[in-house]
This record gives sequence, structure tokens and C-alpha cells, in this order.
Amino acid sequence: MDAGMGMEALALLPEILLLAGALAVLLAGSLLPRNRLKAVHTLAIVTLFASLGAAVIGSAGIPMSVFSGTYLVDTPTQVVRIAVVGATALILLASRGSIAGSARESEIYALVLFSATGTVTLAGAGDLLVLAVAFLLASIPLYGLIGVVGTARGAEAALKTYLLGALFGILLLAGVTLVFAVAGTSVYAEFRTTLGDAPPGVAVVGAVAILSGLMFKAGAVPAHFWVPDAAQASSGLVATFLTTVPKLGAFIAAFRLVDALPDPAGAALFVGILAVITMTLGNLAAYTQEDPRRLLGWSTVGQAGFLLAAVAVAPTSTLALPALLFYVAAYAVTNVAAFAVTVALPGFRRLDDYRGLASSRPGLALALVVALLGLVGTPPTAVFIGKLTVVSATWQGGAAWLAVAILVNTVISLYYYLRWIIPLYRRAPDPAEPLAHVVRPAAANGAMFSAVLSVLLGIAAGLVFAVL
Amino acid sequence: MLSVIVFLPLVAALVLMVPTVPDRVARWTWVAVATVDVALVAVVWANFEQPAEGQLAFSERFQWIPGVGSSYYIGVDGLSLPLVAMTAVIYLACAVYSLRAEDRPRIQAALFLFLQTVSLGLFVAADLILFFVFFDLSIVGMYFVIAGWGHGNAARSALKFFLYTFLGSLALLLGFIGLYVSADTPTFDMVELTRMMPLQDNPLVGGLVLAAILVGLAVKTPTFPFHTWLPPAHTDAPAIGSAVLAGVLLKMGTYGFVRIAMPMLPDAWRDWAWVIVIVGIVSVLYGALVGLGQRNLKRMIAYTSVNHMGYVVLGVGVAGLVAASSDAARRVAVAGAEFQMVSHGLITAALFLLVGVLRDRAGSYDLDGYGGLAAPAPRFATLFAIGAFASLGLPGFSGFIAEFQIFSGAIATAPITAVALLGILITAGMFLWAIQRLLAGKTRGGSLGFRDLSRGEFWAPASLLILSVVIGVLPRIVLDVVDPATTVLTELVGR
Repeated sequence: MDAGMGMEALALLPEILLLAGALAVLLAGSLLPRNRLKAVHTLAIVTLFASLGAAVIGSAGIPMSVFSGTYLVDTPTQVVRIAVVGATALILLASRGSIAGSARESEIYALVLFSATGTVTLAGAGDLLVLAVAFLLASIPLYGLIGVVGTARGAEAALKTYLLGALFGILLLAGVTLVFAVAGTSVYAEFRTTLGDAPPGVAVVGAVAILSGLMFKAGAVPAHFWVPDAAQASSGLVATFLTTVPKLGAFIAAFRLVDALPDPAGAALFVGILAVITMTLGNLAAYTQEDPRRLLGWSTVGQAGFLLAAVAVAPTSTLALPALLFYVAAYAVTNVAAFAVTVALPGFRRLDDYRGLASSRPGLALALVVALLGLVGTPPTAVFIGKLTVVSATWQGGAAWLAVAILVNTVISLYYYLRWIIPLYRRAPDPAEPLAHVVRPAAANGAMFSAVLSVLLGIAAGLVFAVL
Repeated sequence: MLSVIVFLPLVAALVLMVPTVPDRVARWTWVAVATVDVALVAVVWANFEQPAEGQLAFSERFQWIPGVGSSYYIGVDGLSLPLVAMTAVIYLACAVYSLRAEDRPRIQAALFLFLQTVSLGLFVAADLILFFVFFDLSIVGMYFVIAGWGHGNAARSALKFFLYTFLGSLALLLGFIGLYVSADTPTFDMVELTRMMPLQDNPLVGGLVLAAILVGLAVKTPTFPFHTWLPPAHTDAPAIGSAVLAGVLLKMGTYGFVRIAMPMLPDAWRDWAWVIVIVGIVSVLYGALVGLGQRNLKRMIAYTSVNHMGYVVLGVGVAGLVAASSDAARRVAVAGAEFQMVSHGLITAALFLLVGVLRDRAGSYDLDGYGGLAAPAPRFATLFAIGAFASLGLPGFSGFIAEFQIFSGAIATAPITAVALLGILITAGMFLWAIQRLLAGKTRGGSLGFRDLSRGEFWAPASLLILSVVIGVLPRIVLDVVDPATTVLTELVGR
């Protein structure tokens, strides 16, 4: 679509609104007195809904590419926009009250909005330089978000995340430089012509370096170490956000890159191997965890492996893209539901603490069961449909070994999710210390809402696939 | 019509989730909904006409996920309708049996109504994904039944059940996806896949896909050597849980053979028919022999399930031995297998309901802990004896018709299968011995002060056994529905 500069900027309205909202939240937080910070929370929510509205209205104009093909506004970008902004809104609504009154409240909201902006941009990037900027915009706020709790564990997790992020950021930039050097362009759409004559080894090394960098955002091997630490150490809001949102953009970015290469077999195989290692490692490491957040942290690593499997067959399967997009949305909803339960019960830091929850809080327990069985991939939840289509796509794309790996890993994963479900239905110990029974109503409602949403998304999968 | 039958229990289950519903209302709602479902199934049966080949009666269809060729497609034919009817009857029996349940009756009713939707849905599903959805949800539902209402080592047995059958279900899913991607136009539509036979010219992939599906179904059935989850699950499950597990859920495995594996992969089925026949024979003998060695009565009946399901596997396996015999013999064997599914459902569900009373009264299933039960509990003794004779295949009961058909078809096709007749002999000895130990002799141990069956506890298993006698004396009621479908199935396997 040929459009003027103004029209092109308008196509980016959802991202612009997010960025402007982030700045406004930052300013308002500095100017308002501590006891008026509730307004900042409202401002952040309004920003997200405005951005969501702009994205939905903008769906009429897709697909188009703006600013000379460096940014793509198409179905994948739209899905990530809606998933990222929707999930962030859900997280902020569910964690209302959980950080109210803390010294860094407005900064946390601002950082969340910045990171969300970066994540959406990561998905929309059609150019290596935009990709690099988006990577930094999505990553740097995370370090602050993790460190802001100020505990020793938080500091360790923040440092770990920072070092890994820096290392893989450099790797990504190096990859960008290599590909740019041999292709003579940074725009994806031109790779098919320009990379054809380039020395194949250099192009593959460059692509692999970029993909490795993206694995930091995706929370996948080899850059996954920060995920469980950060999930365990940070506040509930931040843990939910950073295990759910940033990776949504990373998978789309990886998909676009693999799909743009003229000879993608090598890069696709690389991603496929990473996928298998990631899912296996994540699921095995989750086995022995006692802290529910850490368990979920490893579970998100496992899920990243399943999502990467769809990226690995990007060039060979027509089903890969719709499968990936659906799974991305399904994962976001389900993961938020599971994490929101841990936010709702701040006193429960061990799996055993959940004993008897089914009788004391049946709704919340049911939401947790739906979320965890959903993450396993039990029908008819959304993740089941996502997994089913990803497995079909891998087989269709000639990688039946990936399909087998996914199913074997699903069985492995069932065990540790059940380890969390079993105590729910045990008899509760004698009424424990009152602290353990604090329930945050907003988060409980958020968990139940997300759990219901994850089932509805699965049942209504046909409607969603119709637009993918 | 079918959708109403399938989803009515689910709607009722959702209503019963409301915490303010009184227990009494919950119990009677369950009975009422199960009764309505039985009535609706009776209407379907009365109006049932054999559909033309490649079609289903009472079919309903709309697109579900068109992107991957999956639709909400349901319907019945001669293979599924008897199982649908059996399912509705067994759930009604469970509802009546539980009229005096005290342990969280509202939630229990909701859970069983949910399971009823899942079970009925599976038998009417004509789309592989829909089938899988119900298949998996049956595992989840039964897990909560065992873990929540079981006794003994219930949590552990439930976990074993879940992990084992879930593993099987994923093998099944892998097979389904194999069928999907191999089809000319990828689809999960069972009727279409039966017509296309996607892997007909590809023995290697066809064999692997069949192996995946067989493993998935064999775990659920269960056949030797995939049966190890069954005895602990049955022993620790509540009575109605065992009745549903043995009566309905096990049939999901064998139904998968006749609905999916045989018609969609006939080539591979014929190639592997001997393996299936041998697995069937081993299951028959193994289930009977291990059952004979049990002191725990509930465990013993669990092993007779392995034995009885072995007959079904033998019957469907014989259908693949195309070169060895006439179509007529194979047709009889398959019809016998189908009949056995219904018969075993009715009889075993009744037996599990009865045995559950033992634990309720005296806290044990140990045969040695009882004796002379016939004196204090004549109604229990009568029904248990009838159930035992029905289960060992006495003429006049449905089990006889089923096993007679299976063996006449099997032996005509492959005389060696006569070895499995030993299974009948062993189970006969086992049941007679159990009757003697439990009911006869001097009243002692747990039998002392044993309160006889209440009205609900009596009529629930009694009605199942009456049905077994009715279709045992008048098998045409079922066979008129089954035979045309098994004829078609035998032709499909012979393609």
C-alpha cells in the first residue's frame, strides 16, 4: 500500500500510544505525590486499552509495510499487538493492589509499557536495524524490573539477566553486521535476491548469531538461564510479565528471519535442534522444583521449545505461521492464568502450601487446574489447539522427529504440573499462620478470568484461525 | 438430537457446580438427567435406520477449526449406537446407586455428569480431534474421581492411571496427526479418512501410524502388556468410578479399533493382524490366570476385564486374517467383539457396583475376610452369583453370545486361537471359587452383621444384569443394529 508519511505513522499508532503512555506514566509518577499514584495505574491501563483499540481498528488496513518495508503491519504483527497489549493489561489489572504504595510503582508501570512497546516492535520489524533497536527496547527495561525488588535474590537475578542480555545482545548485533555486510541491505524483503550470491557460510553464521540473540528474549536455550531466577526472585507482577510478554515478539521475529532467508534449511535445522534441547531441558529442570514460580519459570522454558518447533518449519509448512500465532496467544492467556494464582496467594511459596486450596478456595483451585492442564495441552483448552497445530505443522514440514519430541516432552511435563495439582485436593493442614491465607481478590479474579478465556479460546479456535 | 444427549449432562454439571445447590437436589438432579438421557437414547434407537455406507445416522456437523480440517461432526451407526445406549444405562445405574452417597455428593454428581458427556461424546464423534478431546477429558475426569473419592492409596493409583493413559493418548494423537498429514486433502474427518485410506500404499509409515494408534488404544483397553495401571486404579477407585472405568472407559480403546484403526488403515491392519490376535490371546490367558491368584475380590474383577477385553482384541484381530478364511467367519468374529463390548460393560459395571458394597459395610475386599455372606445378605448373594455366572459366559447371558460368536469366527479362521478357550475355563473356576469363599459356608469375619443391599444398591446392578439377560436371550435386539455395520467393517478391512 502506498501511503504518505502521515498515513505510515498512523499505521504505527498502537506502538506510538504505548510509548507515549509509558512516558506519561513516568512523568506523572515523578510529579504526583505518593498517595495519588493510583491515577498512574489507571493511566497505564487506559494507555493499554487505547493501544488495543487502535490495533483492532487498524486491522482493516493489513497487510502493509511502512517506512520502505522496514516495518511490517500484517497478521503476525496484529496478533502480537493484541496478545502483548491484552496480556499486559490483564497482568496490570490482576496485580492491582499487589504493588500499590511501593516506592517504585510508577517506574514499574513505565518499564512494563516500554518493554511491551519493544516486544511489539520486535514482532513487526522487517529490517535488521529495527530488530536491533526493538531488542534493546524490549530488554533493557527488564533488568530494571527484576532488580527493583531490592532483595539479594532480586539483585542476583537482575545481574544474571543483565549479563546474559548484554552477551546475547552483542551476538545479535554481530549477526546483524555480518548479514548486512554480505547482503548489502538490512531489509528482509530484499534478502532473497541479495543473499543469493553471498557466501553462504557467512550468511548462515550471521543468521544463527541473530537467532541466538533472539533466544534471550524467547527464554530458550542457550540463553534461558535468567528465566527461572527472574521468575522466582521478582514480584508477582513482574514475574508474570517477563515470562509471558517479551517472548511473544521474539518468536515472530525469529520466524520472519528464517522465512526471509533464500536458503533457510541450515537456520531452520538450528532452530529445530534448539527447540528440542529447550523443551527437554525446561521440562526436566521443572521436575524437582518446590517453588511454584520457579516451577512455572522452567515450564515457560519448556513452552518456548514447543513454540520454537513452529519456527523451525517456517519455510516448509504452510501451517507453521497460523499454528505459531495461535500458540502465542494461547500461551499468553494460559501462562497469565497460572501466574496470577501465585500473585493471588502471596504467602504460598512452596507447592505444599497449596494443600487444601480446593476446599478453601474452589474457584481459584479450579482456575489453577485449568491453567496447568492447559499448559500440558489438555483439550479443549487453547494450548491444546496450539500444540496440535504445531505438531501437525512440524510433521507436514517434514520434521516428524520434532512432532515426536513434542509429544514425548508433553508426557514429561504432565508429571510436574500434576505435582502442583495433587496438593490442591489433599486435606488442608490445621489453619496455618494467617499470613498464608492472604488472598488478593484482583489477582484471583484475573486468574479465573484468564482460565475461562483459555478454554473459550480453544473452543472458538475456528473463528480465530479464520483470520490467521 | 445427539448434541442434546451429549451435552445435557454437561449443562446439568455446570448447574451443580453452584455451591448453594443442596445435596439432596444434586442427587436427584443427577438421576433425573441420566434418566432423560436414557429416554432420549431410546428414542434414537427406535428411530434408527442403518445409514448408507460412508454415512452416519442422526449426523450433525459444523466447521470447528477449518484451518486444520477439523469439524464438530457427530453421528451414530451400528458400531456406536449400542455403546451409546450402554453408556447411558451405566451412568443411570451409577446415579441410582449413589442416591445415598454422603461424601460431597454435589461435586460427585457434577463430575460424573461431566464424564457422561465425555463418554457419550466420544462414541458419537466422527472427527478425530473431537474424538481425542473426549478421550483426553475422560482421563482427566476419571483422575479426579479416583483421587477425590477413592480409598487406600488413591492418590498414587490416580497418578499412575493419569500418567499411563495420558502417555497412551499422546501416542494416539501422534497416530491421528500421521493420518492427517498423509491424507490427500489433510482432514480429521473420520468418514473421509475411511474413504481415502491415506497410507494404503505406504506399508512403512502405515505400520508406524498403526503402531502409534494401537499403543494408544491398547493402553486404554487395556491389553497385555499395557494393563499395569488397571488393577491399582480399580482397587482404589470408588465403586461407581470402577463401574464407569470398566464399563465405559475401557470400551473407548476397543471402540477405537473398530472405528479408527481397522477401517482407516486396512492394509496395515492385515499386515499386523497376527500380532493383534496373539496380544488378544495372551491378554485372555494372562487376565484369567492372574485373576485366579487374587485374594482381593475387586482386583480379581479388574483382571477379568483384561481377560474379557482380550476376547474383543482377538475378535477384531481375526478380522484382519483375510487370506485365512471366509468373509462370513470374520464377520461373526467382529460382531462378537462388538457384542462383547456391550455385554462386558453391563456385567462388569454391575459386579463393581456390588463389590463396592463390601468395602462400604466391612471395609475390605479381601475374600478370606468373608464367608457365608448368603445368610445375612441374600439379595447381595443372589445378585453377585448372577453377575459371576454372567461374567463367566453362561448361556442365557449376553457374555455367552459374545464369546460364542468370537470363538466360532476365530477358530474357523485360525484354529490355533482355540487356545484362548482355556481362558473361559479358568475364569469359570475363578468365579465359582470366589462364590464359594464369599457366599457359602459358615458366616464369619466381615460377613457378621453385614447389612444387605439398600433399594438403590440393589436396583442399579440388578437392572444392568436384567439387560444382560434380555440381550442374552434375545440377541437380535442388538445384532440387528450391529450386523450391517460389522459387515461393512469386514469389507473395509478386506479392501
